[in-house]
Amino acid sequence: MVRGILVDYEFCTGCHTCEIACAVSHDLPNNRAGVVVHHEGAWEIAKDAWQDTYLPVFTDVCDLCECGTKAHDGVPMCVHHCQANVLKIGDVEDLTKDLAAKPKQTLYALKEEG
Amino acid sequence: MEKKFQTIEHEKPWRYVTEDGLTVTRGSAWSGPGCHLGCGILLYTDKDGKLVKIEGDPENPFNKGRLCVRCLDAMEAVYHEDRLTTPMKRDPKDRGKDAWTPITWDEAYDLIYEKFNGFREEYGPESVAFFQGTGRDIAPWITRFAWSFGSPNNVFGMSGNSCYGPRVAGAMCVTGSFWVGDYSQQFVDRYDDPNWKVPEVIVVWGNNPLKSNSDGLYGHWVVDCMKRGSKIITIDPQRIWLANKAEVHLPIRPGTDAAMAMAMLNVIINEDLYDHEFVDSWTYGFDELAAHVQEWTPEKAEEVTWVPADKIRQAARIIAAADGCIFQWGVAVDMQKNAVAAGHAITCIQAITGNVDNPGGMICPDYILMYFSGWGRELLDPEKRKNRIGDSKFPMVADAYSKADADEVYNTIMTGKNEKGEDHPMKGAWIQTTNFLVNTAPDPEYLIEAFHKLEFVAAIDLFMTPTIMELADVVLPAASFPERQGIRIGDGVQRAETINRAVDRRSEGIDVRSDMQVNRELGKRFNPDAYPWDNEEDMFSSIFAETGMRFEEVREQAPVYLPFEYHKYKTGKLRPDGQVGFNTRTGRIELWCTLYNGYGLDPLPVYEEPTHSPYRTPEEYEQFPVVLTTGSRNWSLFHSEHRQIPRMRALHPDPTVLVPADIAEKFNLADGEWVVLRNQFGSCKRKVVIDQTMAPGIASTDHGWWFPESEGRSEEDGLFGALEYNCNTLFKFDQGKAGFGCDYKNMLVTIDKIEE
Repeated sequence: MVRGILVDYEFCTGCHTCEIACAVSHDLPNNRAGVVVHHEGAWEIAKDAWQDTYLPVFTDVCDLCECGTKAHDGVPMCVHHCQANVLKIGDVEDLTKDLAAKPKQTLYALKEEG
Repeated sequence: MEKKFQTIEHEKPWRYVTEDGLTVTRGSAWSGPGCHLGCGILLYTDKDGKLVKIEGDPENPFNKGRLCVRCLDAMEAVYHEDRLTTPMKRDPKDRGKDAWTPITWDEAYDLIYEKFNGFREEYGPESVAFFQGTGRDIAPWITRFAWSFGSPNNVFGMSGNSCYGPRVAGAMCVTGSFWVGDYSQQFVDRYDDPNWKVPEVIVVWGNNPLKSNSDGLYGHWVVDCMKRGSKIITIDPQRIWLANKAEVHLPIRPGTDAAMAMAMLNVIINEDLYDHEFVDSWTYGFDELAAHVQEWTPEKAEEVTWVPADKIRQAARIIAAADGCIFQWGVAVDMQKNAVAAGHAITCIQAITGNVDNPGGMICPDYILMYFSGWGRELLDPEKRKNRIGDSKFPMVADAYSKADADEVYNTIMTGKNEKGEDHPMKGAWIQTTNFLVNTAPDPEYLIEAFHKLEFVAAIDLFMTPTIMELADVVLPAASFPERQGIRIGDGVQRAETINRAVDRRSEGIDVRSDMQVNRELGKRFNPDAYPWDNEEDMFSSIFAETGMRFEEVREQAPVYLPFEYHKYKTGKLRPDGQVGFNTRTGRIELWCTLYNGYGLDPLPVYEEPTHSPYRTPEEYEQFPVVLTTGSRNWSLFHSEHRQIPRMRALHPDPTVLVPADIAEKFNLADGEWVVLRNQFGSCKRKVVIDQTMAPGIASTDHGWWFPESEGRSEEDGLFGALEYNCNTLFKFDQGKAGFGCDYKNMLVTIDKIEE
């Protein structure tokens, strides 16, 4: 079974909360974390249509907070604190259904379990 | 009728120990360090009492477990090696020099008492001014401290009080109440509450709420509402992220908000899109307003605002058609000399579209303590109240605002005469929660000159700041929020919460004290009757009296919610006399404002071109061809705070100026190069970011810059870079005719390349 994180990037605002939640809980140096937000934009596609997307990228540092750094509700610190509520953790098989439910999402398959 | 307060049932007590042996303390994060909000948090301390983690509290309906970078990283701030940890004093002749001597708390209190009491006895209590910073956990405490001392001169050190005050005072004059957007924040069950309705439209006007989190608005509620279907309209010279998700984006020229609002009124009235029932029943002066805005065609507004007329029309139609529209107005409305008119015009849109006390629109929450009006007004002798500086010049400020006019206070310090020309010696100042030399005040050199005329200045803060290094003679070390007891009873929809001490470093010999403790302890010396409490908890309990709960009880059940209902104007609950309608002279929302008329101000909103502008001063514009707006927010740095916090600084390491392509081309600028922004008043260094989201001809910069890591701490060595990088050197103290507003966000500059 593979665990992963689903990102609804339509609403990611680029607030850096996931990065800092991770860096603080894992005691990582500046600008290093298990999740790093990338930005594409802002540039004009056509009149009044703009490309402006933030996308959290999960790095090889991410251990899904297996090292005892989870929030008290058992989810990784980034997921617990995400201000736009765009991160969801689960089994990839289940998350695939959520992925199909709306556009502008991406699914990270992160870790084999069991 | 007794109010029914609602509390939260928590799974755990306010303090408990986890299986891992960590102690969890539930509370509120009302700053500093941090922002205006006061999110629900869980503070984790280890066996040694060290703070090791902060989490957002999912049981708190306000933030529902979420938290931003500043609180998540608060440990770096609490244990920072630069924290002030002991009181210190300095000889007044060494102001500006890093020549401090540690003293005890008792010595510091004795010195402050001796000096301030001496001034009080010799020159009167009004010779001491009490300065506060932005609206965090300060207004009740400093007002009580100042007023019980006997001084009416509590001050927010900003020209024209250009932050929130103009909007609050203006709304009180026009509508008798103050209004905030309805994001369901008044309901314990939030978005699930059956009485709430998703706002159809949110007009984000002159702020970026996702970053600024101001005035009781948790910015990401806007995103919550977008997910539930709310449409967005943005009015901003920058195409912020929200603008790219918006139905319409209006890239406004800074300082022209009143013109924009009047063009919208023009469209809504002339196309007969307004709420007839509301206008007929509940507003005053509609016909006058309708006639008045005829000249403000969208085409005329296009010339003034630089926004295409058809976009203004489109936005106005969307607003008028919405069943539930939030006007999420920001500080840009205040930071202009035309602030009162701009706020008035926007309030007129709110009123004629019926977005008043309605679900998903604008609501008027009740208060336990109307905190922005201060606490302890009855302590001030009415005769002394008459000596508040500036009031005779600005009757609207005198009536509708709890602080003295900052511009006139500085003038009085400089000249020894008040606005009436009477002798008014100023001798002392108290500086609390503010780093106004780099952050809030224009013209820092003038401010320094004024302050150096004072005989004695005392300050309290978390860190040594340029303001304290340059101006103060005594400094006290303040406690950060995890180190103190407190209550969260602030702006927006008020709720009662407690701030709970999780960290106590006295065993390490570090005795930092909360602002409230210092105000109570010192205040008691100056006026024992005003502080009958032996500890802060009793003081807090007295504020909570109306809830029937003591501090300790609120702590267990917080947040405590006040009763709420919509459409109170229909049931007589907005007026003290119980009559239906609004708490104004006419009982209606005064589109034509009788109070303004009485103050000698325009009873209808009138647009005035900014003092330095492409049209008002075209010859200046030739020399300084860039319209600059300041105060752009970023995610990690709250005003002048967090510059020394490594993770926060790494997210935004340098002061930047965002320039659109046309400005970059005109000045041959490259991304990342350092430049000087300059005009006839001053200059500041900035790093260039070429940014397509800025409207042509307009640049934007962030404020509050200093470099705590700098070796040059003293004035001679640059005062942490506080003057070289200060965008507030680019304008002067210059307030609007009502006394409110100053052009912080619309000035003219040129850009000089730095020759290496």
